[in-house]
Amino acid sequence: MAAETGPTDLLRVRDLQVGFATEGGVAKVLDRVNLTIGQGQIVGLVGESGCGKTTLSRAILGVLPRNAARIAGGSIHFDGVDLLTLDPTVLERSVRGRRISFIPQDPYGSFNPVFPIGSQIMELMKWKSPALSEREAARNTWLPRLHGRRRFREDRARVLDLLRSVQLPDPEAILAKYPHEVSGGQRQRLMIAMALLTEPKLIIADEPTTALDVTIQAQILKLLRRLATEHRVAVLFTTHDLGTAWEICDRVTVMYAGQEMEEAPSDGFFNRPSHPYTARLLSSLPSRDGGLVGIPGDIPSLVDPPGGCRFHPRCDFATEVCRRERPGPSSIGPDSDHVVRCYHPVVDHPRRAAP
Amino acid sequence: MSDSHTEAGPILDIRGLKKYFPIRNAWGRRTGWLKALDDVSLTVRRGEILGIVGESGCGKSTLGKTLMGIHRSTAGEIVFEGNDIAGLAPSAARELRRDLQYSYQDPGASLDPRWKIRRSLHEPLVVHSDLGYDARERRVRDILRAVGLPPGHLDLYPHEISGGQQRRVGLARILTLHPSLIILDEPTSGLDVSVQATILKLFLDLLAEFRLTYLFISHDLSVVRMICDRVAVMYLGKVVEIGDTETVFASPRHPYTQSLLAAIPEIGGRRVTDTFWLEGEPPNPGDLPSGCRFRTRCPLAVPRCAESEPALRADWPGQAAACFLAE
Amino acid sequence: MGTLRFVLGRFLQDRVALLGGILILLLVLVAVFAPWLATHPADVSEFHPAERLQGPSAEHLLGTDRMGSDVYSRLLYGARITIAIAVIAVGASVLIGVPIGLVAGYYRGWLSELLMRVSDIFLAVPQIVLAIAIAQTLGPSIENVILALSVTYWPFWARLVYAETRSVQNEIFVEASIALGVSPLRVMLTHILPNIMSSIIVRTTIGMGGTILTAAALGFLGLGPPAPSPEWGRTIAESREFLPEAWWYATAPGLAIFLVVMGFNLLGDGLRDILDPKIRRSRSHGR
Repeated sequence: MAAETGPTDLLRVRDLQVGFATEGGVAKVLDRVNLTIGQGQIVGLVGESGCGKTTLSRAILGVLPRNAARIAGGSIHFDGVDLLTLDPTVLERSVRGRRISFIPQDPYGSFNPVFPIGSQIMELMKWKSPALSEREAARNTWLPRLHGRRRFREDRARVLDLLRSVQLPDPEAILAKYPHEVSGGQRQRLMIAMALLTEPKLIIADEPTTALDVTIQAQILKLLRRLATEHRVAVLFTTHDLGTAWEICDRVTVMYAGQEMEEAPSDGFFNRPSHPYTARLLSSLPSRDGGLVGIPGDIPSLVDPPGGCRFHPRCDFATEVCRRERPGPSSIGPDSDHVVRCYHPVVDHPRRAAP
Repeated sequence: MSDSHTEAGPILDIRGLKKYFPIRNAWGRRTGWLKALDDVSLTVRRGEILGIVGESGCGKSTLGKTLMGIHRSTAGEIVFEGNDIAGLAPSAARELRRDLQYSYQDPGASLDPRWKIRRSLHEPLVVHSDLGYDARERRVRDILRAVGLPPGHLDLYPHEISGGQQRRVGLARILTLHPSLIILDEPTSGLDVSVQATILKLFLDLLAEFRLTYLFISHDLSVVRMICDRVAVMYLGKVVEIGDTETVFASPRHPYTQSLLAAIPEIGGRRVTDTFWLEGEPPNPGDLPSGCRFRTRCPLAVPRCAESEPALRADWPGQAAACFLAE
Repeated sequence: MGTLRFVLGRFLQDRVALLGGILILLLVLVAVFAPWLATHPADVSEFHPAERLQGPSAEHLLGTDRMGSDVYSRLLYGARITIAIAVIAVGASVLIGVPIGLVAGYYRGWLSELLMRVSDIFLAVPQIVLAIAIAQTLGPSIENVILALSVTYWPFWARLVYAETRSVQNEIFVEASIALGVSPLRVMLTHILPNIMSSIIVRTTIGMGGTILTAAALGFLGLGPPAPSPEWGRTIAESREFLPEAWWYATAPGLAIFLVVMGFNLLGDGLRDILDPKIRRSRSHGR
């Protein structure tokens, strides 16, 4: 496959294969996965536990566990460069934290509990500030780096500005506090601010609202979407909660057991799902009119997964070809941006009733 | 969703329940009270599913644990099947509490990892009944079938079965005592959506088969809407609204309930992020505002709200709310 | 029990633990079969001054001591004393310390505080100093050595079990059992104790080694079983004035003590590696 990027594509993952070494054998966690994110797009990556969305995020960020994980094939093109071919130190200094930043699910664990928040943020700025040139950022770091008074002042002003824009009251007081002295919602706002501070082109947000109360979640989602649009930053938003994907994503990709099944604009994904798994997933959501419908069967083992399309053992439409070979991506409908990997896509179905 | 009962009186009647935790400074001196439950009153009808919803710090978990006796109540009455069990010493309460059981958020964790499942399932009967081994084994197998697990599981250890199956075993353990009321604490939290539906169906089947009553504590409003007959909304230790589920969801009266419902995403419908208005976070529970606790974030707040706490008034059919300005 | 077979399997793979196990097994066999393995069993109480301080030979495998008795045979009989002291002393302190630790850990309040403060007092004094004081007061004998060791060792177990009980108490399955109405005694015996057992087993094994060392020290100081007991510590004390010429006299018991203590330590370390992480891991399976 030619390694060119389309005119608007920021991130192109193609045929990515990742395996994890486990006691029972190699778990084929990602099986030739494709993903595309355009400039400034908010893309949702949804799926249930074990589908591989966290592994995919980590692979893009380059933080897969070095001993256990093996990238067996594929490419991750970011801004024209295949990240898998980059020198790991270049990846660490120039890309991670600068051009691609990360918002974790658990904001508390990301902070060192014995240092005040301000000193940790300024430490981040010391290494990854956008005021640093590419060369300076990529410089060898075995000597301690100096922040420099002028740059320190500029960076601090930038930090306070951004803390205000994430609606944290009294930013200067917050910088003096310790991580345990602020609430979960405030910590997540801090993580968003820190992710934006380095002026990245892509933010990977890994289940950023799962641990939050629903009213705080609503505030955070609103904030995230506004800031992403304002700063023209693309977001890869992983979640198992389809409702949050509906809220802020422009496009949604659904994964199952290490394979991506369907990729579509938000409206098409939720209102006209084409893949049988997507359709079943959406109908198992609690709703007023829906009954209690689940999906019979279990998530397959990744060490010895079903052949072909991994959903076929639980699919009502599965045929022999589904067992033999995994379907390639095909477009559905008039636009080429609704892509599904299925031999029997659901084409004709009632629109999901608006509640 | 459930049969109306013929026995008189609610199965559980909570009156003015309070649970205060002392806040201590570094020297161990008490500097204040954390009012986790502050004058909570509600009744649970036999055979119904009553949902308790709220966000973190609202007191719903504390409520469950205080009812069970894991926490000792500070004041108030808990009348269970006609007996007041609040404030009783654990040994006296044990007898009275036998029919009241509690299911943890992760029921699999309630199993001793070193015990075979058979032993874990026999344990409640060994403690509470005089049944011999064979009689116990029969009952255990019955319950295992009722939760949809094969009898072969009895010889396995918890770590040898999946998380979902552990959950079922945990439930089975509670059911061996044939309780009449089960407190379910966050029973679907952390579950994938497709599995959630199966578990909820199981709850309903068990309710019918064993003639149970549930107190369903959850932060997930969509699930509560599907399965609960009535729902109580808690905020900072108080019940702010209570009523028939559909009524509360269709026309919430309390501003907090309104914001809570407004925060739930609706796929295919309006976007929460466009319209959501609630700002800020709940105040520090050790340092509550005077009067109504919600007034610091409430768009309707007037001076009266700072002067006194509104009581729950049942001014609407099948619904009650604690707000001066609700209508 | 499936776990037992599993533990045995892992044990056989761990060479260090295996070595320890072999050494201890040797000790036990030697002690049990001493009368048959000894070349001069009577030499435990008899002496033959004419043959004193002879080097190792075909007849006396490890030479003779200052009374002309066969060092090798006395060594074997000394093993019995060593085992007896170790097993009884450690056993007694475990039997006293574990229940105290359980009760102190499970309950809160004045009883728990009292028990822990008492054990703290004992722990504040070094074990050997206290053991010397006790043995000195009561007189040298094997019973007094065992008594002195038990009295000074039980607080260690109380403290260990107290800490482990407190931590297991927080586990959900304990809380669930309490909520189910299980009585405190049952909870302690059937839930908490089995879950801390692996810790106790490991420490017991290592503790044996330490106890043997302390017992030998007491014997060396003359506070142990009196002459003509073949106790190893006493033998070393006796051999002092004849060093370095009669090197076999001190080397035999010295080496024996060294091997036995090392054996227990290796065994204990190996058990710790096998028991603890496995149990922890098996607990988190399937989550």
